[in-house]
Amino acid sequence: MAVSAKPLSHPQVEMHHDPRQYLMLDPRPRGEMNEMVMDSMLSISWKFWVAAGILGIIVLVCLFGAWGYMIFEGLGVAGTNRPAYWGIFLVNTVFWIGISHAGTFVSALLRVFKAEFRRPFTRAAELMTTFGLVQAGLSIFMHMGRVWLSYWMFPYPNQRGLWPNFHSPLMWDFLAINTYLLASTMYLFLPLIPDVAMARDRSTGWRKNLYRILSLGFRGTEGEWTHLRHAMNIFAFAILPVMFSVHTIVSWDFAVATRPGWSSTIFGPYFVIGALHSGIAAVAMVLIVIRAIMKNMKYFIRPEHFDALGKLMLIVSMAWAYFFFNDYMVQWYGGDKWTDQLLHFHEAGLLGWMWLGMLILNIAIPWLTLWNKKIRSNPWILFIVGLLINVGMWFERYIIIPISLTVNRMPFTWREYVPGIEVLLTIGTFAFFILLYMMATKLIPIVPVWEVQEGQMAHSLRRFGRETVISVSELE
Amino acid sequence: MSKHKIPEYNTSWSEEEQGRWGMVIDQDLCTGCQACVVACAMENNISFVGEEDVVYGRAMHWIRVERFWEGEYPEVKATDFQPVMCQQCGSAPCEPVCPVFASVHSQSEELNLQVYNRCVGTRYCANNCPYQVRVFNWRDWERPEPLNNQLNPTVTVRQRGVMEKCTFCVQRIHEAEDSAQSEGRELVDGEVQPACVQACPADAIVFGRIDDPESEVSKLTKGGRGVQLLEDLGTQPRVTYLKGG
Repeated sequence: MAVSAKPLSHPQVEMHHDPRQYLMLDPRPRGEMNEMVMDSMLSISWKFWVAAGILGIIVLVCLFGAWGYMIFEGLGVAGTNRPAYWGIFLVNTVFWIGISHAGTFVSALLRVFKAEFRRPFTRAAELMTTFGLVQAGLSIFMHMGRVWLSYWMFPYPNQRGLWPNFHSPLMWDFLAINTYLLASTMYLFLPLIPDVAMARDRSTGWRKNLYRILSLGFRGTEGEWTHLRHAMNIFAFAILPVMFSVHTIVSWDFAVATRPGWSSTIFGPYFVIGALHSGIAAVAMVLIVIRAIMKNMKYFIRPEHFDALGKLMLIVSMAWAYFFFNDYMVQWYGGDKWTDQLLHFHEAGLLGWMWLGMLILNIAIPWLTLWNKKIRSNPWILFIVGLLINVGMWFERYIIIPISLTVNRMPFTWREYVPGIEVLLTIGTFAFFILLYMMATKLIPIVPVWEVQEGQMAHSLRRFGRETVISVSELE
Repeated sequence: MSKHKIPEYNTSWSEEEQGRWGMVIDQDLCTGCQACVVACAMENNISFVGEEDVVYGRAMHWIRVERFWEGEYPEVKATDFQPVMCQQCGSAPCEPVCPVFASVHSQSEELNLQVYNRCVGTRYCANNCPYQVRVFNWRDWERPEPLNNQLNPTVTVRQRGVMEKCTFCVQRIHEAEDSAQSEGRELVDGEVQPACVQACPADAIVFGRIDDPESEVSKLTKGGRGVQLLEDLGTQPRVTYLKGG
């Protein structure tokens, strides 16, 4: 790979500031840093257990309780009807797959391009991928009419000689999501090995046993590092096409159907960009919460990272606006009678406010705020912007699925969709995501401490005449 | 190890392919009396969902009589009634999207059939049906005591979470074919009557073989008054609507 590690931006311009504002130029002794990460992982206050208890109750009641009731009663307790056969469950599926995208994007793409600011938060992003995919998978199962027979989608040999239909986009989807879940879990695990080994050497009791198993006997020899680097490199490159393909395939569920508003050839990239839009905003939100709540995190996650993520959010917002415009214009220019009806319904129908809100939240708000470095470096403003972007992207999926379904080619069947028990289950998936994430932050080091140390070793300040510049060396 | 036979999926339909069974609905004769809807419900064990669910769009009828009007109130003019059931497309959009082959094209009758036992309830077929004729069992609706006695034993009763749709009364087709075979003769045109055809008091619906040029249904189809619903989608529907006679 011909990409070389990039020093931090504008080395000369920023030099009259304190270089120690950058994590890479603010090194601490390795032992001390290890202790900081261990401390943030092991200090569990009573507040943590209260929050976990509340979330656990929400998950039990809203997710598993309501779902059990729905399985027993049938999907009639949800709001789906004819013609809106698909409802909030699939909105949530697309939303959570979108959230899961940014984890890989931030981690793998920035790793491949050696963007140095990624180092402290790659794991926080990768964890989002895995737990987001769990929610997406659960939402698909909620959506199915006879979920107890969902194993029929597996291509397993059976006595009846039945086989799944590989012509169905749902089958492609099923395979793509499974591939992505497996690949992203392995990609989460590989960079975790040295950190778990570090934790193993510094813990006792059940944790020591757990970390001993997870670290696979990693001792930090030269050979082990070489193998690990090779494996991570292969995975970082291999997972990127998988990531792009997953959301493209999710978009084909809609794009290959014969419905007005769905059969649009731009849906593949439009969905990928939409996924990144909500996902990167979610990464920023998670980082802000971690930084505010967990111990020692203010050292690892700094305004420079929010600055970088804010820029990324702004660029993705612009790209999303381009694809939205493109999708809209091509559909409008196509002049199909039913598509015209549908576009009019989007803008001026019962839920026209949602369409307008989507544009304000996804385009206007990021563009008006994130252009300014002061604004985007402020964690709490960035948090609110990220939250609004996620609401806007949820609206987008809601418009594409149930709202587009209410207008079809048989006007006699047009009917409104009113969510029912989906609302509870949506709350349940959000609570479940937060709960899983909380538990994970106390079980594994949330900061990839070896990556931070590696970056700090590579960075140095050098003098050329009177000029002090930041230099970064290639370690691999 | 035995060789598993993977079902073949026919992706190419020829334009000339006519199909086997077809239907003609004369909109000039239809009075909108809904007898076909009732007869279909009786014949095919269709659940009664109650007022609330009907209003919300969960009626289970396999055939519906659509009615529209032209103009603004109070100067409205009713248009012809339009009974719509599954059009038994030759190139059906509902078939390729099912992940488990529950929505299939039968080879012997050339009909589009739903295998209830195989359906897992993804509802993709219904989304992709341009005619919106597929209905989903949103609940296990109750059949209070005397009503269970009128169930038709030749038709499966469906569980919650399963998609269903019009079959052209395939059980009646088989019954007629069996009796013709046991008597050692060919089927006579008009011998097979789906429930809606049988019940129609105005004789607005005609059913028969469309691959037989001498059958009444073929003659009416080619009579010059025929149109098909959403023809431009290329779904090759087997139901023809007659209008403007």
